[in-house]
Formats: sequence, C-alpha cells, structure tokens
Amino acid sequence: MQNINSEPAPGYLDMELLRFTTAGSVDDGKSTLIGRLLFDSKAIFEDQMEAITSASLRKGDEDVNLALLTDGLRAEREQGITIDVAYRYFATPKRKFIIADTPGHIQYTRNMVTGASTANLAVILVDARYGVIEQTQRHAYISSLLQIPHIVICINKMDLVEFKQDVFEKIRKRFLKVAGKLEIKDVRFVPISAKYGDNVVDRSSNMNWYNGPTLMYLLENIHIAGDLNLVDIRFPVQYVIRPQSDKYPDYRGYAGRLAGGVIKPGDRVRILPSGYESAIKSIDTFNGPLEYAKPPQSVTVTLEDDLDISRGDMITGIKSGLHASQDIRLMVCWLNQKPMQLGGKYLLRHTTRDVRCVIKNVDFKMDINSLEKNKADKQIGLNDIASVCIKTTRPLFYDSYRTNRYTGSLILIDEATNETVGAGMII
Amino acid sequence: MLFYQDIMEDFKINHLRELEAESIFVIREVAAQFERPTLLFSGGKDSIVLFHLARKAFWPAKVPFALLHVDTGHNFKETLDFRDWLMAKTGAICIARKVQDSIDKGRVVEEKGINASRNVLQTVTLLDALEELKLDCAIGGGRRDEEKARAKERFFSHRDEFGQWDPKNQRPELWNLFNGRKLMGEHFRVFPISNWTELDVWQYIFMEDIDIPSLYFTHKRKVFHRDGVWLAWAPFMQLKESEIVEEKDVRCRTIGDITCTGVTLSTANSLEDIICEIAATRVTERGGRYDDKRSDAAMEDRKKEGYF
Repeated sequence: MQNINSEPAPGYLDMELLRFTTAGSVDDGKSTLIGRLLFDSKAIFEDQMEAITSASLRKGDEDVNLALLTDGLRAEREQGITIDVAYRYFATPKRKFIIADTPGHIQYTRNMVTGASTANLAVILVDARYGVIEQTQRHAYISSLLQIPHIVICINKMDLVEFKQDVFEKIRKRFLKVAGKLEIKDVRFVPISAKYGDNVVDRSSNMNWYNGPTLMYLLENIHIAGDLNLVDIRFPVQYVIRPQSDKYPDYRGYAGRLAGGVIKPGDRVRILPSGYESAIKSIDTFNGPLEYAKPPQSVTVTLEDDLDISRGDMITGIKSGLHASQDIRLMVCWLNQKPMQLGGKYLLRHTTRDVRCVIKNVDFKMDINSLEKNKADKQIGLNDIASVCIKTTRPLFYDSYRTNRYTGSLILIDEATNETVGAGMII
Repeated sequence: MLFYQDIMEDFKINHLRELEAESIFVIREVAAQFERPTLLFSGGKDSIVLFHLARKAFWPAKVPFALLHVDTGHNFKETLDFRDWLMAKTGAICIARKVQDSIDKGRVVEEKGINASRNVLQTVTLLDALEELKLDCAIGGGRRDEEKARAKERFFSHRDEFGQWDPKNQRPELWNLFNGRKLMGEHFRVFPISNWTELDVWQYIFMEDIDIPSLYFTHKRKVFHRDGVWLAWAPFMQLKESEIVEEKDVRCRTIGDITCTGVTLSTANSLEDIICEIAATRVTERGGRYDDKRSDAAMEDRKKEGYF
C-alpha cells in the first residue's frame, strides 16, 4: 500500500493550493493590488505586459492599466469594467494561488458569491480615506454568508493618510464592530499602499508602528489545512465503476470526491438513503490502493457487501449526524434576471443528487448594505439574498452549510431554460 | 496502526494532487451527466494530460468514451505517430475527422496568402463531427491561464445549437455543482484542467511520468523567423522574400497546426530542463501562437463561433 501524500517530491512539487477572492470596485485599488502581487511574483509575462502597455497607450491612459490583464472580454475592455469572475494564477515557492477576481458593485453580487463559493480566503480592500463604507459591509457579509474561513482586510492608500496609525486603528475597530454581527472566524488587518508596495510583498518602512505580517506573508502562511471537516464521513457517490472485464469481472467501485471525514479500509459505514450498513473494503486509485483517503481527494471505494448503490447516494459513518428532510430552510442568492417565483418549481442539485422542489415561503430579504432583515418584501430578483423555505420531492441528506460547505450547498435550476438561477446555503 | 494525529499532520495535500482531484471530479461528472461525450485529442501535452486524467478517473474500467482528433492535415508527423502509439498502448479509440474533407466537400474554403492557416477552418470540421457522431459533450484541454478570453470560461461551458459560445450569458458555477442540462441539439464543452497553469502541466507530467511526443524536447529542425516568432518550415508553407530557412536547436512549447505553432530555441532535453526553462521564461506559451496575434480579441471571436 502506498500513501500518495508522502511520496518523495522535489521542493517545487510540495506546494499547497490557496484559493482567494478579491472584491472591490474600480477606485479602491484592487487592480493595482492584484497587478502588484502578479508582478512581484513574476506571473505577468513580457508579452502580456507589452500587450497591455500598448493597449493602455492606445486608449490614452497615463499609467499602464493592469485591469486590462484580467478584463478578457471585448465588452469588458470597451466599457472599462469587469463583468465576470476572472481567474488569475500565480505561485511563490510556498504556495500556488488562484485568485477569483470579482467586481464589487452591488449589481455584481452574484459574481462575488460565485467567486466566494470556492475560496479559502477573502481579501477585502478598504480605502483608508473613507473607512468602512456600505460596500465593505456588503463584502464582509458575503464572505461570512459563504463561510470563507479567513478574511484579510487590506486598508489601502495608507500613503494618502500619511501612514497614520490612528486611521488604521479606527477602521479596524469599526470593522470589528460590523464583524460582530456576522459569522467571521478569522479576520486580519494589514495597512498597505498597493501603489507603492508598502506591506504587500515587502515590509513597509513608512509604518514602523505596524508589527504584523505583510499581505503576501499571510497568503503564504495562513493555516488552511484545518478548514475542511475531517470528522464526519461524507462521500457522495458520483459514478459507479464496473469494468466487466476479464481481469475485473465482478468489480463494483463507487467513485467520488470526499466531502468530509477520513475513510480507511475496515471502517463501518452507512449508505443513505437506503440505510444499509457495510464496511469499506478498499480505497482504489490508478496509482494503487490507499491506506486512507480524506477531502478533497477523488477516489474509488469498494464495500464488503453487495448493495444497490448509485449516483446520488451518500456513504457516511454509522452515526452519520446528517439531517434528512424534505422541508429545508436556506439562504438563497438569486442569480437570474427572471425573479424567483413564490410557489414556483425548480430542479435542485445537492451534492450528486437531483430532486425537484417548490418555493414555499420567503422568511425575509436581506438588505445587504444595511444588514437589516426585511420581512415584508417577498420579491426576490437578481442579486437578492433571502431566507426561504423549500419542500423537496424526495428527502435530502444534508449538513448545515456552516458545518460543511459541500454537503450544505445546493443550486436551483430553471426547468424551462436549464439555467442555474439560485445558489442555496442550508441553514 | 493509523492515528488521527498523523492524518492531521499529513493533511497538507500538494497543489498538483488537489488540481488532479478537481479534474477527475469534473471528468466523472461528464460521464454521469452526458449520454455521448468525447475527449478532444490533439496530441499536444494538455490533451495528453487530459487523457491520462480520464484513465485515472475510471480505472480499473476503461475510459467510457472515444477520443476525437480534428486533423488539419498540417500536423507534425511526430504527433500522429505518438497518437497512434498511445492508442495502441492504452486500448483507447480515437476517431479522426479531417479538415481536408471539409475543404473537399466545400464546407470551408482554404485561406490564401502568406499567413494561410487551417486553424480557423477546424471549427467547422469539429462542429460537423459533433453533429455527425451525435456527441453532446466535448472535453477539451483549455486552461484559463492560456489566454484572456479563456480566463472567463466555465468548467461546463454551454453551446447553442449553432455551437456558439455566449460569453455574456454564461451560467454561474458555484462550489462543485456543475449544471450540464441542455436542450436537444445543444452541446457542452467541458474544461477539466481550467485551473492548471503551464507549469502545473509540466510538473504533473514529471510527477506522473507521462509519455509525451519527442517534439517537446530539443531537436534540430528547419525553421524561419516571422514577426518575432520562429516557425517550423514545411513544404506547403509560403515564405516572404526576406525569410530564410535555417536549421536550429528547437523544441515546441505548444503543439498545434504546424502553420501557426511557433517553436522555441532551446536545448532542453529532459522534463527537469523544461520545467526550469518554463519557470524562468518571461513570455507566455501562446506568445508563439500566430493564430492569437491576429487581433486583441482573436481567441474570443473564434470561441464564440465554436472553436475549441
């Protein structure tokens, strides 16, 4: 047996992956910050730099406009705005990074939610001159709603407030007050100047009062391995592998990606929805069997007993702790121009399971600027976030989103257009 | 005996294994959600890695779908030899459809002039093949770091009945919930290695010891210089007056249609050399792709029409 995680690897193969999201609008220096991270880690290449330099000159911009790197679509370049989530990649010797760069305006809430759904960390930019504004609250709320485990508040443009400590402290205190109303586990504050590079990659000599880490140090070192749930076994069956070949005539393996817990051969497990018990016989991969598997590995599991298991079933521990219900309350972010229909029917995808559901009730709509709950407004349209009750045709086996992002999340699909219209986080 | 403590200690999973797990998940979703998928195979490193991931996703069963090669007829010979060797070795099936046949049938007209290429023509051959073979999903090796229009691409990318991509009307993609639902006649393009960079691909080839065509390693080749790019010479290519064919030590960074694939002057003859070279390089791999230099939005325009 081998353990694929302890194979000998040269240094550059031994990097962790960190996914982070940046939310902000045109003016708060987000592009400058991303540009600096990419540039200082040598992720911008000469031909890309030449291309955006000449494009900036053509447009008559004074400085090189680094946003042209991420604004890939013709419409975005013409309008000078980021419409969609743009993914950027860079690496340092310690980690590989995936940035989900999203526009900050309220009309792009759905893009922010999309970018946040897979992020380990959120970078929120605050302009030191204006402090915590409506937009900051909105970004903090979305980060907490999507349960991004780590939040870094970059207080930017410190150069424009003479690098004063009391400006930083005031904003920090104000934000902590906002955070108190939200579910934010880990929040850090870094005073920076993206334009001049203070505390981005290198420590600033202009702010000797600040003893904390630079942004890059946090990105490289923040502990993310503990963010996944390693206690409760959650293995949604994705696909059944049956070779029916001479070599493997009776092989029946259940392929999937572990969404929680650690599994080992010999572990007693329960299959849902049938409720049958069995034990794990082997954990197979192309590179050989494993001693154990853990999230986010994709593996194939065989069981001791011959059971009827198919896509959409879930393998869990004997005492699964999963909720099973057809009446489910969730926070939903609406993603489509066509408003949510109260009493309307939608397709629902949860892990690898498809059911249909009906929207029973809207508890409240969230005013994501003031963080007030509006119980009177039942009109849920594009970019709105609301607490709703749904009823499903068959029971779902789920965790609350707070406990597990993968067994606590779902999407709603319009049956007429096949579009993904809602993103749900089970309460 | 295995202790929980050890597992916690050992929890750090390296970035290549995490990317691999994500890609395998996406490939399995294709098999689960579509009736007749295919994997687009060009013989380039990205499609070789993709095929390797597909084999891993379904092992010990075979990959439950055939591969599709859109053949421009302007290939490097080494690529075709490699393709045939790999299919024989793995027992997989690769269906080829030729751009030449589309030209002969009058479906497309060959470009003329000095920069003539069959790169754009491939789109018609590809869409015809999908329709003829009744395929409802084509897995491709596109990566978001390759090109700025690709940076906006989804893992599951919807195409209408004309095979067109509508970048402004893409489905939101959250968590790992992929929506492959479609109407009759529509299809999907799926990009399992969206989140990989060029360096990740090379590191993975090294880590997994994956066979690749000899073209990626240094060799002597007849080349000429055009607009800052070294292009491989072939008999059907027209030269400008000032252009001279000379022999150099080169290797390919990407392998595409021979008419538009630039080669790199290099003496790298091992995967370690290539990884060092890529890590130190200051030009993107598509910097040598003549097809992208046609305009600022060349890739976006081709993709909207149904390109890979």
